[in-house]
Amino acid sequence: MNDAVAAALAAIAFAPDLAALRAAKAIEIGEASTLAKLNASMRTVAPDEKAAAGKLLGQARARVNEAFAAREAELFAAEETARLAAETVDVTALASRWTPGARHPLNLLQELIGDVFVGMGWEIAEGPELENEWFNFDALNFDEDHPARAMQDTFFVEPADSHLVLRTQTSPVQIRSLLTRELPVYVISPGKVFRTDELDATHTPVFHQVEGIAIDRGLTMAHLRGTLEHFARIMFGAEAKIRLRPNYFPFTEPSAEMDVWQPNAKGGARWVEWGGCGMVNRNVLRAAGIDPDEYQGFAFGMGIERTLQFRNDLDDMRDIVEGDVRFSRQFGMVV
Amino acid sequence: MRIPISWLSEFVDVPKDVTPEEIHAALVKVGLEEEDVHTFDVTGPVVVGQVLEFTPEPQSNGKTINWCQVDVGPSTSPGQARDIRGIVCGAHNFVVGDKVVVSLPGAVLPGPFPISARTTYGHVSDGMIASARELGLGEEHDGILRLAELGLDPEVGADAIALLGLDDWAVEVNITPDRGYAFSIRGIAREYSHATGAAFHDPALVPSLVELVETPASGFPVTIDDRGPVRDQIGASVFVTRVVRGIDASRPSPAWLVTRLKLAGIRSISLVVDVTNYVMLELGQPIHGYDLDKLSGGITVRRAAQGEELVTLDGQRRKLHQQDLVIADDSGAIGLAGVMGGESTEIGDATSNVLIEAANFDPVSIARTARRHKLPSEASRRFERGVDPDVADAAAARVVQLLEELAGGHADRLGSRLHAAPAPKPIELPDGYVNSIVGADYSDRETLSALGDIGGVIESTDGALLVTPPTWRPDLTDKATLAEEVARIIGYDRIPAVLPVAPPGRGLTREQRLRRSAAHILAANGLTEVLAYPFVDSTSNDTFGSAAAGPVPAMKLANPLDGEAPFLRTSLIPGLVDIAHRNLSRGLVDLGIYELGSVFRPVAGRTYGSGPLPSGIVRPSDGELAELLDSIPPQPLHLGALFVGTAIPKQPGQVAVQRGLSDALDAARQVALAVHATVSTRAGSHQALHPGRTAELFVGDRSIGYAGELLPALAEEYDLPRVTAVLELDLGLLIELAAREVSPTAIATFPAATQDLSLVVPIEIPAGDVLGAVVEGAGELLEDARLVDDYRGSGIPAGSRSLTFALRFRAADRTLTAVEASDAKLAGAALAGKRFGATVRE
Repeated sequence: MNDAVAAALAAIAFAPDLAALRAAKAIEIGEASTLAKLNASMRTVAPDEKAAAGKLLGQARARVNEAFAAREAELFAAEETARLAAETVDVTALASRWTPGARHPLNLLQELIGDVFVGMGWEIAEGPELENEWFNFDALNFDEDHPARAMQDTFFVEPADSHLVLRTQTSPVQIRSLLTRELPVYVISPGKVFRTDELDATHTPVFHQVEGIAIDRGLTMAHLRGTLEHFARIMFGAEAKIRLRPNYFPFTEPSAEMDVWQPNAKGGARWVEWGGCGMVNRNVLRAAGIDPDEYQGFAFGMGIERTLQFRNDLDDMRDIVEGDVRFSRQFGMVV
Repeated sequence: MRIPISWLSEFVDVPKDVTPEEIHAALVKVGLEEEDVHTFDVTGPVVVGQVLEFTPEPQSNGKTINWCQVDVGPSTSPGQARDIRGIVCGAHNFVVGDKVVVSLPGAVLPGPFPISARTTYGHVSDGMIASARELGLGEEHDGILRLAELGLDPEVGADAIALLGLDDWAVEVNITPDRGYAFSIRGIAREYSHATGAAFHDPALVPSLVELVETPASGFPVTIDDRGPVRDQIGASVFVTRVVRGIDASRPSPAWLVTRLKLAGIRSISLVVDVTNYVMLELGQPIHGYDLDKLSGGITVRRAAQGEELVTLDGQRRKLHQQDLVIADDSGAIGLAGVMGGESTEIGDATSNVLIEAANFDPVSIARTARRHKLPSEASRRFERGVDPDVADAAAARVVQLLEELAGGHADRLGSRLHAAPAPKPIELPDGYVNSIVGADYSDRETLSALGDIGGVIESTDGALLVTPPTWRPDLTDKATLAEEVARIIGYDRIPAVLPVAPPGRGLTREQRLRRSAAHILAANGLTEVLAYPFVDSTSNDTFGSAAAGPVPAMKLANPLDGEAPFLRTSLIPGLVDIAHRNLSRGLVDLGIYELGSVFRPVAGRTYGSGPLPSGIVRPSDGELAELLDSIPPQPLHLGALFVGTAIPKQPGQVAVQRGLSDALDAARQVALAVHATVSTRAGSHQALHPGRTAELFVGDRSIGYAGELLPALAEEYDLPRVTAVLELDLGLLIELAAREVSPTAIATFPAATQDLSLVVPIEIPAGDVLGAVVEGAGELLEDARLVDDYRGSGIPAGSRSLTFALRFRAADRTLTAVEASDAKLAGAALAGKRFGATVRE
């Protein structure tokens, strides 16, 4: 028996892998093994020796089984380690099944601006790009012969007396808002606008604007400045501030040009011309059926392309409008 | 408007050493925006020289040059009295003794063109004799500048830069359309005074001028006979004429006049024209001069007659419109009032008697005429924006004064004066109004002083000021315009920042949220968002604007840009095709691009637009408003996408996966997910798409768009790869049809039973339909079904295919038995069998 145990332990110890171990197990403790035969021969052992022999045999079998289990665990661990090693990939060169895409930064910027104002309780109003002239000019206090109307470089739609234009500003949306919404009104209107400028490094015939209008009791230019400063700080950093300069627009009186102090501009902090603003002209309120002695408010507007240009230090307008995917991919999903 | 600093300094106290930046900084405070700075860019030594002798030397190239000896002043070298320079000169318009301008080595002329002693034509030329153009004074380049031509006889060796005013400079500012008065040195000087507090001396009130104004001329017949006032305004409200006789119109304009005009951006033409331009710049009053001897009879201001023609000063014969205001004499129209004079009475070198006109014309009439004849002129620009009606007398007198001084003429008592311009009306400015709109804390004293500064005449009444604006401020029409003046003069810097509190908002609308979501999901799935122009040609609209061939109604621009197509897009695909092409041409061959944008879809047979527009100063009636709102065509929001190249590029262990219809359909599914809609797909047909690779997209039974591969012939025409997949759907409609609410069911946790089902069906039956039948037949125990194989060939009858579906069954309340699952599966197979003749493949 001792020989059989020794042989079995040796076979287990020398089994090089799990398959060999299992084969050894079959031979050394399988039905045809010496230990199995010894076990079977217990029947023939004299009754008074049976207990001692049985104990010896049991111990022998336990030793073999334990050795087997230990060797099996050892081999299993080694083989798993080897398999994991074999499954190693080059994580820097694994095939990708996904392509990165990108939003257009102009749209991302409009959404960001929308979020700033929605956060203040404002709403986002929208309107058609092909618009009746009344909303684009007349209601905005552009007299039909006013020089300002000629300076707008408007796209007209055939026939020319149909009074349809591609909107030159998003202000028609403000008029629609004043005509349909309940007062007070606090809305911004981002969107596409059109002017008859040829595309070059600083112009494009199709561009984007965001305009805001607030009509309530007791609003003043101080509220205008407060709103713009809050907006500017979110767009350009906590140090941003607003400077107002007298200017002229038919739809506001008093009117102002606004400059923004851009604290983090590449090449150093600077004032940048950002857009126009002012107190909504009394005639504009009248066109919307609002009593200008009861309600007053402010409006402002700025170009999205221009804002993107100086905020993100972009020189050439053509990169923004041409649709070269390399441009948008620099932004990904964030502007 | 360009403002030469020397000129400005005549009427307002400007610090001696002021810089252009300081002038700009002052003017911008009062609303005159900085545009530019102009200088002559000439630096010394540039001196007066006198030609002592010259020798013509013919050259081998056929030219003859002059080798000149030029005295340029006293010598600094010992032993020499005069500094004589040898200079090569190519011009021939001078004689010995002429005084000329010599740029000595070290000088820099505009260009920049540095002067040095250099060897040319066999001589060392020790400087250059300059032409007017080389000095930046004009376009004249026929020869050198002879100072005698400018009426100058300076000392030899004198500094020519100071002599000619080439050290002067000008700032340029932008004038907003409401402030016509600022189109003059007078107006700018007044504004500079507002900005800085410097004393202003009104050039219209110079004593010698006032004296002349107070000796009025009369006896020249002028009639204003306007039988067609535009918008009820008589065409001319002021008309002042004066006659100057015995001028020598051929005299040169003096240097100071030429340099000031040049700096102001106006070319010197002739003495009389230069003088009229000068006065216009100085006082803002456009002036016209007539050769009195070419006039027949007196002047009538009237509307043009039907069919009347006029040859204007630019030599153009123009057909006049009956609304054009003209100046006429007995011969007919001799000028387009306030826009451009006529050729027949033009002043020439031989002119000796001049009639000067200083008038005030109706801004609207002038604006329309200038636009109609595409003739924006310095005069029309000023009249359109409003000219001070009270400056005409002074302006006419100023011309007389200058012609007497410079052209040797003498004032005649012949002239006329009509003045019917209404006096400005007072505006009521309630106490406290300015601060209530500006939000500042301007004191009453500051407000009064600001209104006085701008020339307002103020009367205090109970609770309000009555402010009569000055004659040059027709833009001041109501209390808000006065509030702006007060804020402008005291300063916008005094306005504090106060954040208003808006009432609680409702956030983004559902459509706004879902649109963002749709745009985001496509970017997250590898597409790049683009923004195309909406301008397309009619072929593109007809091809992509409708599934069926034939013309598609579209809106057309009346004034498209050169090189841009005139129609507004009815589909997003043409724009995507253009952008794809641009990317491909730049070597970016694997593309998935998309756009969310409006398309313009007029309804066939309908016309759009509106009749005469309602007034812009009262709310339109409900009927008028309805007409305005209905006057524009539908402009639905579409989503378009285009795919070419590979979706997954070839990589180690990964074969390349080409983009195609699958990607277009996936994009539609992604968008559907983003907006919570259920989009189904059916085989479709579209004139621009591959007949076998086109899917029509539905929500329920509403068609919302198409996905497909471009017809290969079209792809080739557009220079795109043969496989180019596109998607276009009506995103607005999709969002409208999408489920508003999510109705989730409880999640069943009993074990699932999975089984496969293979059905043999005729090839032409769409797999989607077979799947639909299986799902419907299997009933509610079927939790998920997916097509996993499409097999044709050995063992399957010709004309049929075997479709294998992986099915997952589950019951909500118990563990399913295999038999229950099999029964449900067979029920599904049975319905497919009934509908499509499908048989179960064992």
